[in-house]
Formats: sequence, structure tokens, C-alpha cells
Amino acid sequence: MYETKYHSASTTDEAVSIMGSADDGKFVAGGQTLIPTMKQRLAAPSDLIDLCAIDAMKGISIDGNQVTIGACTTHAEVASNIELKAACSALCDLAATIGDPAVRHRGTIGGSIANNDPAADYPAAMMALNAQIVTNKRTIDTDDFFNGLFETALADDEIITAVTFPAPSKAAYCKFPNPASRYAMAGVFVAKLKNGMARVGVTGAGSDGVFRHEGMEAALSSDWSADAIAGESVDAGDMLSDIHADSAYRANLVKVMASRAIAAAG
Amino acid sequence: MSTVTMTVNGKEVSADVEDRTLLSAYLRENLSLTGTHVGCDTSQCGACVVHVDGKAVKSCTMLAVQASGSEVTTIEGLANGGDLHPMQTAFKENHGLQCGFCTPGMIMSAVDMVNRLGADNLDEKTIREELEGNICRCTGYHNIVRSIEAAAKQMS
Amino acid sequence: MGAEGIGARVLRKEDKRFITGKGKYTDDFKMLGMHYAAFVRSPHAHATIKSIDKSAAEAMDGVVGVLDGKQLTGDGIGNIICGWAVNSKDGSPMNMGAWSALATEKVRYVGDAAAVVIASTQSQARAAAEAVVVEYEVLPAIVSATDALKDGAPQVHENAPNNLIFDWEIGENADAVETAIAGAAHVTELEIENNRLVPNAMEPRAAMAHYDEAEDHLTLYTTSQNPHVARLVLSAFYQVAPEHKLRVIAPDVGGGFGSKIFIYPEEIVCLWASRKCGVPVKWTSDRTEAFLTDAHGRDHVTTAKIGFDANNKIVGFKIDTVANLGAYMSLFSSAVPTYLYATLLSGQYNISNIHCNVRTAYTNTAPVDAYRGAGRPEAAFVVERIMETAARELGVSPAELRRANFVTEFPHQTPVIMAYDAGDFGATLDAAMDAADYSGFEARRTEAASRGKKRGIGMSCYIEACGIAPSAAVGSLGAGVGLWESAEVRVNPVGTVEILTGSHSHGQGHETSFAQLVCDRFGLPIDNVQVVHGDTDKVQFGMGTYGSRSGAVGMSAIAKALDKVEAKAKKIAAHLMEADEGDIVIENGEVKVAGTDKALGWHEICLAAYMAHNLPEGMEPGLKEGAFYDPANFTFPSGTYICEVEVDPDTGTTEIIQFVAADDFGQIINPMIVDGQVHGGLAQGIGQAMLENAVYDDSGQLLSASYMDYTMPRADDLPSFVTSTHETRCPSNPLGIKGCGEAGAIGSPPAVINAITDAIGNNNLSMPATPSRVWAAMNV
Repeated sequence: MYETKYHSASTTDEAVSIMGSADDGKFVAGGQTLIPTMKQRLAAPSDLIDLCAIDAMKGISIDGNQVTIGACTTHAEVASNIELKAACSALCDLAATIGDPAVRHRGTIGGSIANNDPAADYPAAMMALNAQIVTNKRTIDTDDFFNGLFETALADDEIITAVTFPAPSKAAYCKFPNPASRYAMAGVFVAKLKNGMARVGVTGAGSDGVFRHEGMEAALSSDWSADAIAGESVDAGDMLSDIHADSAYRANLVKVMASRAIAAAG
Repeated sequence: MSTVTMTVNGKEVSADVEDRTLLSAYLRENLSLTGTHVGCDTSQCGACVVHVDGKAVKSCTMLAVQASGSEVTTIEGLANGGDLHPMQTAFKENHGLQCGFCTPGMIMSAVDMVNRLGADNLDEKTIREELEGNICRCTGYHNIVRSIEAAAKQMS
Repeated sequence: MGAEGIGARVLRKEDKRFITGKGKYTDDFKMLGMHYAAFVRSPHAHATIKSIDKSAAEAMDGVVGVLDGKQLTGDGIGNIICGWAVNSKDGSPMNMGAWSALATEKVRYVGDAAAVVIASTQSQARAAAEAVVVEYEVLPAIVSATDALKDGAPQVHENAPNNLIFDWEIGENADAVETAIAGAAHVTELEIENNRLVPNAMEPRAAMAHYDEAEDHLTLYTTSQNPHVARLVLSAFYQVAPEHKLRVIAPDVGGGFGSKIFIYPEEIVCLWASRKCGVPVKWTSDRTEAFLTDAHGRDHVTTAKIGFDANNKIVGFKIDTVANLGAYMSLFSSAVPTYLYATLLSGQYNISNIHCNVRTAYTNTAPVDAYRGAGRPEAAFVVERIMETAARELGVSPAELRRANFVTEFPHQTPVIMAYDAGDFGATLDAAMDAADYSGFEARRTEAASRGKKRGIGMSCYIEACGIAPSAAVGSLGAGVGLWESAEVRVNPVGTVEILTGSHSHGQGHETSFAQLVCDRFGLPIDNVQVVHGDTDKVQFGMGTYGSRSGAVGMSAIAKALDKVEAKAKKIAAHLMEADEGDIVIENGEVKVAGTDKALGWHEICLAAYMAHNLPEGMEPGLKEGAFYDPANFTFPSGTYICEVEVDPDTGTTEIIQFVAADDFGQIINPMIVDGQVHGGLAQGIGQAMLENAVYDDSGQLLSASYMDYTMPRADDLPSFVTSTHETRCPSNPLGIKGCGEAGAIGSPPAVINAITDAIGNNNLSMPATPSRVWAAMNV
């Protein structure tokens, strides 16, 4: 690892201020991806600004139908939160499949979303739940947030403070892990929103990162059943291909995971 | 450089370290607690698992400075004096180790697993899934699963 | 046997230090003034080194040396050698290309080291290594062995035209075998790839070297399976130091699986650099370096055909194999695809006509050498895949086709060198089929189908060869070393015992099972026995641990030394108790005169030996004996493995429903440890069959260079295993041991692939059978 200067911020303003005076600073919120990347000398931030001591960015609150999760809430906390289980158990289930138990004790929802790894799980859920990403500057609709592989709408000095979404009437996540990394090779989050609209977020498979499958969404909005998407196609040309699986296989997985998620959502 | 102060295996320790120092390196190099091992670069093998404030974490994926102010338990601090922890005893009695390299992390993860889930919620399938972050090349996991099953009963 | 003797389930003596974090592995040691090495590794698979600019690195903080290959060879450090000479069938010697521990003119694979930096801290060393500027002229690379042998392929070594290392054959006359197959009633043909694997011992390789200038003496701590062989080769071939000026210590070693047999460039460089820079030098591999530079395993491409007569008896078997040895010939690389592979192609079967041709090729990939099983998994895969395929084609039961061709009389001379000495192949087949409820399978298949799952069953009747021997025989086949083992039994005046062994334990539990021999012999408690290994200053000599040899060869040497100790103790006892030597019995820690009540404690005899006040006329004082044991033959573990799977047709995911192993390892010393060895071997074999694959792209970049892309078997990939053993004693060693370390990895891959191909109804499936490949095979 290259040399770096560590800071722990107590407020977002403090974090932004440190970032402003750093040559090439980087926010860290758990570090379960960033630290391994730095260890392999693939990232070399001059300064690391740790957000996990910012109390305002932690915890899960549910106000009526609206769920809000602080960005520094760990995967383990999301997985085990009783209130969230009642409001949207699919998100708890998703969090329980991220990494492994030790990683889930450190990794956070905000860190995952800000990184937007094309095989990360949370982005699919955010897409399907029509979540809003709350930052220290603004609130961003999820459809405007994820911009392809590892790219988001965040400015350099912008910090995700929370995500918020209305509890869906039904939802489930089904993931087929890459056998080696255990990241998603195809992960599909399906949600039937309270307004009756269905949304489908897909991670791990798309060559341009997380995406919504609009054909499936239209079919499910009128008929919430696995049969409804039987005729929907997934274009292999839009899928990733690598040493683990070709694009045709990933296209198949997207459909299979979607069907299973619908079945699991009930 | 930062000054880090933490409680490791019940003893308060303090040192000036480079900010980039990983917790695993701090334990091994500064404190000579070489029971915490490093087996990969990608946070997957779990040989480095320790407990920070009672929770299993990968000490190779956390800076020492991030653990400042915390209570850290390593494999060396698991036994109560001369009395082995039930998980340690179970690994011996069930031949849950061979070369011993993954063992410290495996035991620390297993203790965390039982603490979190309780013996009643640990069937074989769950134990195997919970071991996702710990790789063993020697045992085929068969006897590790047996060890955790046995220890879970002792710990409950 | 006693509670702690031969055959007892004794808990391991070594465990306490490992479960409390007190194991001491190479990277756990420190020395005063220790510096760190970081290697400057080639990012190119094939390139000429035009220049190396060290100036920036040399000026960096903490740097005490930046060294390159020309300095290394200039100091007289010898090239790395392959220790087993295999000639081509035309009699010409193998084409061994020069391998310098630091490259001089060319780099030949990604990770090949061009220079090394020695600095005060690891961070400083790594930073300075990045600052060394190596100017490369990139050359075209070749990664596939079959492509490497074609005309026009890039040439890896000038002295190996068309990248051919040797073109070797074994067995009966090729034309005669061809004729026999041509006359067969049925012929089965198969093309087989045996995927390249990365051993991945969990402890990465490490080395720490210290040069003591005053004594002109070097000490090396290293992750080795065979410290004495390392010392021998480092001194005799690499001229690092003469043997009496070099101590090699292999302390606790975190798994080897073959990969820590070989003497690697980093060990040579640390020793040389310690002398050159005047500081102790430590290097610890990270996992990425391990993927790039540890010797890989397997990587064969084979075509095979087998003929059966009208009674389903095998009439001929012809095999053609191309083996990829990587960029350089590693220590035992030539023996793996020849004497450890083709000699097992008779399997458990009575086959009079076998011919195998093997061509080995250089490629721009990491060197390939022994990995758990080493040649024997490749052989078992060919034999057991083709037998299962033939049974399907013939429409007969896979078990009965095998049984009809089993060797049933011993000794049995195969046409491929091996002479099987003992076994009962039918017994392990029956045991496995019973344990797996083989006859109930079709009902389970039907039930699975009702749940939408495709269920399949596959078997494998493997045989392998352990304890490569005797030395004279392997010498005649080209081995550069003898393959015996040595041991010393030191009885202390108080009656406690130290066993010094040339075997090395890196997970196998020798500190327990070796001690059990003493408990068994003298009835001593196991706490009174200490096993010493892994240090050339303590143990006189040894050949180390690999090829499942520590039981059959290492323990036999101990048994032989114990014979001598026992004989001397009895002489002393007879003298003291005025009895006939032949009437003395030693049991439960007592030395008695049979048929009388005369007895002395074991410790009294030991004390008498050292007091020497009253010994038989002419007897030397003391009670310490050594022995060298050179076996009469290989040993032949065998068994039957049955794998039952369910495949999810939607995703191609395979779940192993049950895995049954019925093995014949001869005499078992500690059944708990043997079971553990089987479990570990099975995990590696199943890993090869379903998960693991080392993949290079066409330019020679390793795409699976971390656990993100190389699938290590995890707990939830594997089932619990059903194991059993059936014992036919090995007649060629005094303990009757055959060996158990590699069987699991040898026998399991064909059982898994036979099961999956049975489930999906498509025999065209290569390893690893990942979900995507299985799905593709179902959707062709």
C-alpha cells in the first residue's frame, strides 16, 4: 500500500473540508473494497477520510411507509434489522448475501452504492425500489444516480448520507454468485411498489453495470407472476462475458433469477 | 504517523504507526501476535480474522488506526488462561485442522458465528454458508464443520 | 495396539500450538537487522531485457541493494535444474532450457523476476522495486502446449526446437497396440483436457536468509516440504554454499501439496543477497505472487482409445498426451507426466496391450510440476473417464465392466513398469456401492426428476503409486536423487524418546502418528515421545515429504531404527536380569522376562545404557540408533469413489448429494488423521472437477490470478464425505503401509465428471464443470 493520511470525520462538513484540502482524497465507509484495492497498489489516495464516525449517517428509520437507511449502516445491521424485515425483508436478505460475515461487519450500504461495482448487490435493489440517494448536497433519483461501471452522479466532494425508499408491497432478490468472488454473476431484485408498478433491477450481468429490465417491468406491472415474464428476452449482446461465463449464460441467468425472485416475493 | 491505542487481549497497547499500517500488520509486527495470519490480498481467505469490539473482522482489511479505541481479541487471547475456549478444544478433538495456517481465523470466525446465531440455529448447511469468508486447503472442511457443531453445543 | 499405538485414534500432539496461535511459520520469524526483498517481476509473458536502470531505486530510502541476473550469474550462482532426466524415445536427452534465478537475457512468463531490491522495510522494498526501470522488447507469447509444438510457434528456449522438451513413450509396441484395438469388438475414444491448477497452500511461500560472515555460514528459514533436499540442491547445483556451511530450517509449514518441494528462485536470491548485502533478508510472497510464480499443476491434453472384445475384456489401450511444463523445467517436472502418469495407465485392470506417448512442451506460463497426486490424477482421469464412457456405449453397468477387467491376482506385472503387489479391488468396489446404495439410485433419479432436477451417479476405481522406490530403480529411470528415508531414535537416560525424521510435516500430523510407533513398540505414553523434523542441523538427512511417502518410507525408517533400539535394550535387559535375550519382552513400559515375574522398568534399562556401569561385555554405552530405509517397491493404494449429483437444469448448478470413498491404504496408523487426509484430497479433487482453473489469455497474462477469479473450494461447495477403509497390507515395507495423502485428489475428479455427465446426458464436458459449462452442455 502506498502512503496515505488517515482522517476520521465527525460531520459531513468536516469530511468535505478535509477533502478540500487533500491532494487526492478518498472517502472511506467500511473500506471492504477500497482497502484491498489500495493493498494491491491499484488505488493511491493521498488522504483517506473515514465517514463511519459520523453518527448522523448510521441507523435505519421507518416513517410510515418510508424507509431510510443511513449510509454508514453496515451490511450486518441491514441484514438483521427487525423493523426493516417487516417493511422490506428482501433488502435484509440481500444484505445477508454480501461478502461474508466478517465483511458484513465492516462494509456499508453507502460505501457499496458510491462504489457502484457492476457486480455489487445494493445497486439492483436501489433501482428496483425506486430509491432516492440522499447526499450532503441534494437528493438524487436512483435512475439518475448509477452511470455505468464504477461511475455515479456523485461529485468529488459529495457524500451519500442515506438512502430512502417507500416500502414495496412485494419484493425479493435472487442472486447467482460468481463461483470464485461470490459477487453477483447475475442478481435480480424485483419489487412491486405500492402504486402497483413493478420494477426490476439487474446487477452483475450487464456490460454497462446495473440496469432496469423495462420489458419485465411492463409485464409484471400488469401481471405479477413468473409466467408473465416467460416471453421476455434478455439480450445477450448487452451482457458481460468473462472466464467464468459467457454472455448467453448470463442472459439466461437474468431470466432465471428474475423468475425465482418473483416466486420468492409471492 | 498516528498514535493508536487499543486494548488487545485485555491489555492496553499504544504505538505510533504509519496510517497505512493494516491491523493485521500491527498485530504481527508491532505486537508479535503472529497467530493472526495473512493468506491473501483480496479479503477472502479469512486467515486474519480477529474480533474488534466483539465482532469478527478481517484484520487485513482494516487499518490499525481504524481500530484505535477498540477492544481487539486475537487467537492468542481466546483461551482463558490455561483453559482453552470450547471452540479450540473442539477443533483438536474433531481434527478440525491440519497445517494450522487457516486455523486461527477459522476459530475466530466460528466463535463469532456461534455468538451471533446460537447453537440451535446452526445446522450443517448454515455452518457451511457462514464459513464463506474462511478458506482451508487441507481439511475439506468436513472436520471443521464437525468441530463447530460440537463447540456450539458446549457454548450454549 | 494400545490406546496410543498403531491403529489408535490419537488426538494430535501438535494441535495445541496451532489452536492457540503459537505455531511458528517462516514469516513469523524475525532477525536482528533483518531487511526485506521485493522482486521486480516481468509484466510480459515473453520479452527480451534491453536494459535495467537501477539508479532511482538505489537512491531511495532504506535501499541497501538492487541486484540483477547478471550479478547473480557473475557470482557463480548456478542455473535452476530439473532433477529427473527423461530421454526422448529416440534416445536423445531432454531439452532443458537455462533458468537463472534472476533472468539475464529474456523473461519467459509473467512474474519471471528480472531484479530484486533489498531494503529496510517491506514498504521501502516494494516502492523501490517499482522504481527499477526494466526496458523490455516484447516478443510473441505462446500459452497452449499443443499450439507450442506447432511449426512457427514462438520459441521459448533456443535449445528446444518447436518447444519440444522430449517425446517419450512407454508400454508395448505402438503398432501392436494399434492392431489389437483395430481388431476389437468395440472401441471407445475420448479427448480429455486436464485443467491447470494452482496449488494454493494457505501459507504463501516465504524465505529468510542470514549470512554469518564470521563463520562463513548461511541459514535459511523456508517453506519447504524437504529441507535436506533443498540444502543439497542449493549447494551442489546452485553453488550457494557447501552443505556444511548451509543450514536449512523448514519450521511450521502451512500446507504444501507438492508446491513446496521445489527450490525456487526466491530462496536462492535471498541467500545470495544476504551474503552480498551483509544483512538478513526476508521475502514473503503475497497471494498474487503465489498465483504467478508457485509451480502450477496438471495441464495435459490427451486423446485415448480403448478396445474391448466381445466379452467386454480390454484388448488394447492407446494414449497420446501433450503436457505443458511452462516456461522452465521445475525440479520434478519431467517425471510427473511420464513415470508418475503413464505408469498408472493400467488402472485396476488387467490390460496386456498399453501404449502411451507423451510430448512435453515449453510455453510462456508458470512452470508446472507436482501438485497433489502429480501425474496419477491425470492417469486416473483418463482411465476412469474412458471406462465409464465405454460402459455407457456398451450398455453395461459401469461397475460390472470394471469388475470384469479387474486385476485379481498379485503380484501383477503391468505393461507400463508397475508391478502391483497387493490389493482387493472388488472389496473396495463393493464397499463403496453398498455405502452409496448404488442399487437404489434409479429410484432416486426418478424422484429428483419429479422436482425438476437431473440426478446422476458416477464412479471411479483408482489406483495410484506412492513411496517412489527403490532408489536404484528410480535412478535407472533418470531420477537425480535416491528416494529412501532416514530416521534416528534417541532414547534418553530417563526413558523418554526423540524421533528424528527426514520426513517433513506440513499438516500431516507426523508429530503424532510417528510417535505412535514408539508407543506401540514400547508401551510408552505418547507424551514421552517427541518428533523432531525440519532442520538440517538436527536431523542428519532426509528426502522429505511428497508422493504420500512419509508413511510407507519415513515410518518404515523409524521402524527399522526401533528394531535396533529394541534389540539393544533387550540385550541389556537380558544381561541385567540374567535371562536369555530371546525371553525378553517389552510392553507397557516394562521390560520382562517371559514366564517369570522378573521385570525392570523401561527407564531402568535406558538409565543402565547411559550409566554403563554394568553392560554386556563389549557393548557401547548409550541407546540411540539410526536407520536408512530404501523400499523394495512402490506401494499401491487403491479404492472406489462414488459421486452422486443433482444438476439444476435452469442454471447448470451441480450439487453433490453424496460422495463415498472406500480406500485401501494398507495398515493405518491413526484413522483420524487418515480420514482427514482423504477429506482434504477429495476437496482438492472436487475442486479440480468443478471449480478450479488457471487461465492464461493469449498474450500470457494469468486471468485467474487471485481468489476473485480462481475458485477455491469453500465449505458450502462441498458435502460431508462418507469414508471407509479396507486393508490389504503392503508386502514391501515392514509396517504394511500404502499411503493416503493423495488418493482423494486422484480418485475423485473422474467420479465427479462421470456423475455430472450421467446427469445431463452429454459426455462432452471438460473440467472444471462450472455451472456455465454444464448449462452449455445441456443446451447444445
